[in-house]
Amino acid sequence: MKDNTIVTFENVSFKYEKEWVVRNVDLTIKEGQFLGLVGPNGSGKSTLIKLMLGLVKPDHGSVYLFGKPIKQYKDWQEIGFVSQKANSFNSGFPATVMEVVKTGLVSRVGAFKFFTKKHKEKARQALKFVEMEDYAHSNIGELSGGQQQRVFIARALVSDPALLILDEPTVGVDARHVTEFYDLLARLNKEQGITLLMVTHDIGTITDHATHVVCMNKTVHFHGASEEYKEFNEEDLNKLYGHSVQQLTHNHDHEVSPK
Amino acid sequence: MIESFLQYEFLQNAAITGILIGIVAPLLGVFIVVRRLSLIADALSHITLTGIAASLLIEKRVSSVNEWNPIYMGMVFSVVGAILIERLRKVYKHYEELAIPIILSGGIGVGVILISLADGFNTDLFSYLFGSVTAVSRDSMWTVLMITTIVIFIVILFYKELFVLSFDEEHASVSGVNGRWVHLLFIVMVALVIASSMQVVGILLVSALMTLPVASAIRIAKSFKQTIGLSVAFGETSVLIGLFSSYHLSVPPGGTIVITAVLILIMSILYKKVRAQQWIKGEA
Repeated sequence: MKDNTIVTFENVSFKYEKEWVVRNVDLTIKEGQFLGLVGPNGSGKSTLIKLMLGLVKPDHGSVYLFGKPIKQYKDWQEIGFVSQKANSFNSGFPATVMEVVKTGLVSRVGAFKFFTKKHKEKARQALKFVEMEDYAHSNIGELSGGQQQRVFIARALVSDPALLILDEPTVGVDARHVTEFYDLLARLNKEQGITLLMVTHDIGTITDHATHVVCMNKTVHFHGASEEYKEFNEEDLNKLYGHSVQQLTHNHDHEVSPK
Repeated sequence: MIESFLQYEFLQNAAITGILIGIVAPLLGVFIVVRRLSLIADALSHITLTGIAASLLIEKRVSSVNEWNPIYMGMVFSVVGAILIERLRKVYKHYEELAIPIILSGGIGVGVILISLADGFNTDLFSYLFGSVTAVSRDSMWTVLMITTIVIFIVILFYKELFVLSFDEEHASVSGVNGRWVHLLFIVMVALVIASSMQVVGILLVSALMTLPVASAIRIAKSFKQTIGLSVAFGETSVLIGLFSSYHLSVPPGGTIVITAVLILIMSILYKKVRAQQWIKGEA
């Protein structure tokens, strides 16, 4: 399990109350990949992320992070996480951008220790990377959705993670900024060598940017390079989604079924 | 008042206790408000009353016990109440706020019966409900000083954990912060501070001292640290002006402290409005 494997799922299943949301998932993420995780609504994508972060425990199977069983895993600063909820936080919260970004260093600083100048400098650099350093002392609630998203990415980056997980990060960011956003991710992946895992329902866009794609609906239906995914049998996809994929690639809302 | 302050021990006790809680009540209040737990302070202050009633009853019925300081029993009840609320929040996962009325009404129900059994409906009770400048003993003052010191120390030590937990619980968990443990530590501190504050501010108004200064500060402050600083400054101002006017007008300090806090709140809202208008004019 050594080499360059970052995440391993071994036959993982998870049920919420009585319903299985994730079933028999085997998955490996290797260093340097940009993995897009796609699937219809309620396909267990977010749950998979929660399992990966140890926020919920699997009912069956095991999860390994950097080769260690997740229970023994302690180096949380190696993993940055930008949650779907990041854009629905309490926007009246009285905190500056700098204060928010510094929370990304909590695990690196460690218990019973304080933030120092060095940490502030790190936070400033992370903000610079996402081009938000001019807003360091602004109130987080006064920023636009796209700006907030950048701040949350800076928070995830500030601890120099090896793996960055993003759960539907483009929701609430207007289309104009989505392209910029993907450019930012590409820089992270290529220049900084950060492994990326991005959950999205935007199949069309992700296959253009990600190196690998995982398509799931409770269980993994496809896992391979993006190029292969493009050739992935349309019929299989239709089966997976239950309706035309053509519709999906052009329409962001999965709830709308074809006429 | 300065002359009387030097002359009377009870005034020194009340003033020093007041100054101390003027710091810690709003300090913890900031975290309570941003986590939308304002009502917990109310529930805990009511269960503190149950503890006081229990103490009064025991003192009355058990002859070997006399001169018990009811503040200790109040603290025990408040801490147990805090833990119970946490338990109940787990039971009613989808209706977490239900824990608050359950504990609040349960506490006051038991409290009323105990007070009645202890024939406690008298001036003593009045001072527990609305605060008093004469009821604080030297003994209680030392206890409050100790609690204040411990609470400030813990808040400084766990500042980043408390902050990350308040801002984003999920992120706290991903950062390896033991949310349950930190939260328990926090809620026990809240319980102790509420029981400490009750002698000066009174049970019915304790939660006001924890939330009103924060409500004012949040209007003006940009950063979290600034919110804490302003909340403590507003809380302290309310306590000092409140105690002073309480002494001179012979009314319970709970009332005067809260009125002062409300006036500060109104001023901060107006300040923000004026600032916003100036900003619009400046832009135009």
